[in-house]
Amino acid sequence: MLQTGRPRMQTKRTIFPNKVLPYALLAPQIAITVVFFLWPAGQAVVSSFLREDPFGLASTFVWFENYTRLFEDPAYVDSLRVTAAFAIAVTFCSMTFALLLAVAVNRLIRLGGVYTTLLVWPYAVAPVVAGVLWWFLFNPTIGILPYLLSFMGVHWNHRINGNHAMIMLVVAASWKQISYNFLFFVAGLQSIPRSLIEAAAIDGAGPMKRFWTIIFPLLSPTTFFLLIINVNYAMFDTFSIVDATTGGGPAGATNILVFKVFADGILGLNIGSSAAQSVILMMIVIALTFVQFRYVERRVQY
Amino acid sequence: MIENRPWLNVFTHLVLILGVAIVIAPVYLAFVASTHGDGAFVSGVMPLWPGSEMAANYGSMFTTGMAKSGAPPLALMMWNALVMAVVITVGKIAISIISAYAIIYFRFPGRVLFFWMIFITLMLPVEVRIVPTFKVVADLGMLNSYAGLTLPLIASATATFLFRQFFMTLPDELTEAARVDGAGPMRFFRDILLPLSRTNIAALSVILFIYGWVQYLWPLLVTTDPRYYTIVMGIKRMVAVAEADPQWNLVMAAVMLAMLPPVLVVILMQRLFVKGLVETEK
Repeated sequence: MLQTGRPRMQTKRTIFPNKVLPYALLAPQIAITVVFFLWPAGQAVVSSFLREDPFGLASTFVWFENYTRLFEDPAYVDSLRVTAAFAIAVTFCSMTFALLLAVAVNRLIRLGGVYTTLLVWPYAVAPVVAGVLWWFLFNPTIGILPYLLSFMGVHWNHRINGNHAMIMLVVAASWKQISYNFLFFVAGLQSIPRSLIEAAAIDGAGPMKRFWTIIFPLLSPTTFFLLIINVNYAMFDTFSIVDATTGGGPAGATNILVFKVFADGILGLNIGSSAAQSVILMMIVIALTFVQFRYVERRVQY
Repeated sequence: MIENRPWLNVFTHLVLILGVAIVIAPVYLAFVASTHGDGAFVSGVMPLWPGSEMAANYGSMFTTGMAKSGAPPLALMMWNALVMAVVITVGKIAISIISAYAIIYFRFPGRVLFFWMIFITLMLPVEVRIVPTFKVVADLGMLNSYAGLTLPLIASATATFLFRQFFMTLPDELTEAARVDGAGPMRFFRDILLPLSRTNIAALSVILFIYGWVQYLWPLLVTTDPRYYTIVMGIKRMVAVAEADPQWNLVMAAVMLAMLPPVLVVILMQRLFVKGLVETEK
């Protein structure tokens, strides 16, 4: 009968009649959600409209001044630009590399499992560890990579060269994310019907043509899903990589948005500005989540 | 294999071997660095083959830690990380499975509202609400405590969704039969739902353990007392020292030990891990 509602809110046909028990069951989750998620998020929104004096004793309501100041601040606009470049570079590098490896593993009949095991473990590596590993390899004094690059005439120094610092962070962040993308691409490739590819092969399509005309288009739900996840990862989960290695420098070249919120709010104690930045980040996450769930719902109809 | 193309097969293996090499190389070099003495990192190029100081480096880091960094011994930091990871895993699963149960098996006013409240947590990662969350935890007096490290991270929309989805696939006849036999809601939960959820709980545990272990920003915010440092956040302090005074051997020993537990979990429980990852991911 009442089966017309959105599938998300279904209950069982047979349910238990208790009136109090469900509230008790939900209580712990809701309590934590309210105290540590909703309340602080609300506080961030409120203080983004306030300006506090440096001692936190008095605050005045300033409407959107914190926001307008942000967008007039060249450091913030720079940070937006740096974040966009970083997110695009990380997403592109890790997804391309992972797709190549997934297609290769998918071709194999034997040994695919061995390669998979050797490729998936970086998922468990903390981003900060990935950052420190590559920071070590890129060390201007003793690192192996600057040594090799010097033969190509590159004088590597991420302490003074902003582009070098950015490249190092992109490499570290992408390296850690390859395993995740790889697993989802392999799952996506395995769900493509064999018969389609065989039919194309019989019609004389070579491996490259089959990939671009059949496999890649059929993989697009996976690709799109990963696109969102990777942008999310690059924007938010990479805080620790920046914090432990470049600290946003040199000269703001790697000052991504999440790091700037932290630096302004916790280290700089500029509460109003930091709150406004938090609210902008929240809106970005909400937009990403929205796109993602729209897409997931569509996939159900596939 | 659709057609036989020997050169393409060779190329496939080349691509994979190169990929594996790129993935493994940084860890290999970190391991090598952790087996050398202090003098190996002053000038020249970092060592490429294992040295002889492995036992000494790991031994001293494990029991005394890096004196100059102000970080405690690794044994303590690994213990803290373990406590944090396990409490978060158990806590998230416990409160999520009962919330999903309430949302699916009962009908009560506010059900949709509560569902959306849980859903919203997805959109509020710690990174976007750093300052106010820190304030709440400070006001509750939970700085420098295991409660402060774990409790605020225990709410989980993803785990709730996973269990909700799983419960939806169970046939209604199961509940009917249980009710006919006189089972109340708690008994149904304990004797039927919980045993049926075993695989899902196991798969989710793998993912959540890793999630708990690799936490960085949160421990950084709520701990100022070295007794509560976790190993992943403690690395930052050591790195800061290594830049001035190259003790890369000690830093890399810490890095290896910070990686080892979660990587072992992934390798040993690969099947559960893949299931957990592909199914939980939002």
